[in-house]
Amino acid sequence: VQADGTDGNCVTFVLHDEDHTLGNSLRYMVMKNPDVEFCGYCITHPSESKINFRIQTRGMGLPAVEPFRKGLNDLMGVCQHVLNTFEVRLLPEELRGLF
Amino acid sequence: RVDIIREEEGALEFDMVGIDAAIANAFRRILLAEVPTMAVEKVFVYNNTSIVQDEILAHRLGLIPIRADPRLFEYRNQGDEEGTEIDTLQFQLKIKCSRNPQAAKESSDPNELYFNHKVYSKHMTWVPLGNQTDLFPDGDFRPVHDDILIALLRPGQEIDVLMHCVKGIGKDHAKFSPVATASYRLLPDITLLQPIEDEAAEMLQKCFSPGVIEIQNIKGKKVARVANARLDTFSREVFRHEGLKNLVRLARVRNHYIFSVESTGILPPDVLVSEAIKILMGKCQRFLNELDSVPME
Repeated sequence: VQADGTDGNCVTFVLHDEDHTLGNSLRYMVMKNPDVEFCGYCITHPSESKINFRIQTRGMGLPAVEPFRKGLNDLMGVCQHVLNTFEVRLLPEELRGLF
Repeated sequence: RVDIIREEEGALEFDMVGIDAAIANAFRRILLAEVPTMAVEKVFVYNNTSIVQDEILAHRLGLIPIRADPRLFEYRNQGDEEGTEIDTLQFQLKIKCSRNPQAAKESSDPNELYFNHKVYSKHMTWVPLGNQTDLFPDGDFRPVHDDILIALLRPGQEIDVLMHCVKGIGKDHAKFSPVATASYRLLPDITLLQPIEDEAAEMLQKCFSPGVIEIQNIKGKKVARVANARLDTFSREVFRHEGLKNLVRLARVRNHYIFSVESTGILPPDVLVSEAIKILMGKCQRFLNELDSVPME
């Protein structure tokens, strides 16, 4: 669920039912993107569980939704990798060679 | 980005190397607050003549961990009061305390004088709803621990309650949290700036937790060496000694996290960690779907 700022370059997303758990990790993934000039999140009020997530991109013609989407995909990729490595480690010694 | 594991009974200690603080913290928060479990939510009190008040009894019953795999159940819908068989587990606690006629005249031991004067969690019995007997033929739903004391009774008092367990998350109420605790710390990094010998080496060894510093005999002199930095509790005792203060540097390895997860027994800790990672993926997926479905203006 979103809201728009000025032109397509900087957008403020309002994410409902979220807190620092997703906010901080998503901010970290988006900051790794070199096209992003500004990225931050804040909790509007501690009583309501929603966050304002703001992304501003450098240069022209790059809509701010792109880094957001890429950040989400990257975060999913990280989780998937962690899950795979974790589950491989849980297997007994013999089966580990298969992966 | 590698993972190493060390396991114990009911608790799991594992290392994650190569991730960042934001993600490690996200996992910790999810383990504490967003992995769902089943716990008693509604208590229908038919008869409670004990001295434990109804609401206190209900509160205590809610905190008892129930051994039921939450992945087999659904969340209850918002306005649904009754509860269907797919989202509710029903338990019954019916117990009455009576006097023991065979007890000796002068004994003052309550164990001898009364029957059923202590209400334990093993007295809770599962009452299948609807088609739950078919769904879970060898269903053995009971509290994780049998010896949790719920209330104390005296002759003539009885408790007759029916409990509904639902699926919930820790964010809603702490009784739904599946871990006793989940924490992480960074791996300590102890470097000796100069070689330390003899009495200074002995003193250095005492400053740290046992096993951290090892003394080796090289060419007849005792030399200190960092054996296992992982065991250190980082008490900074070494900085209290003038002679040793400048010879040691205490730091932390930036991206090596040592996680410690203790489960309450509902799910084994490795399953909990896998579930937590899947929940984080689920959150990302939810927003990706929203992004695609809502048209941008």
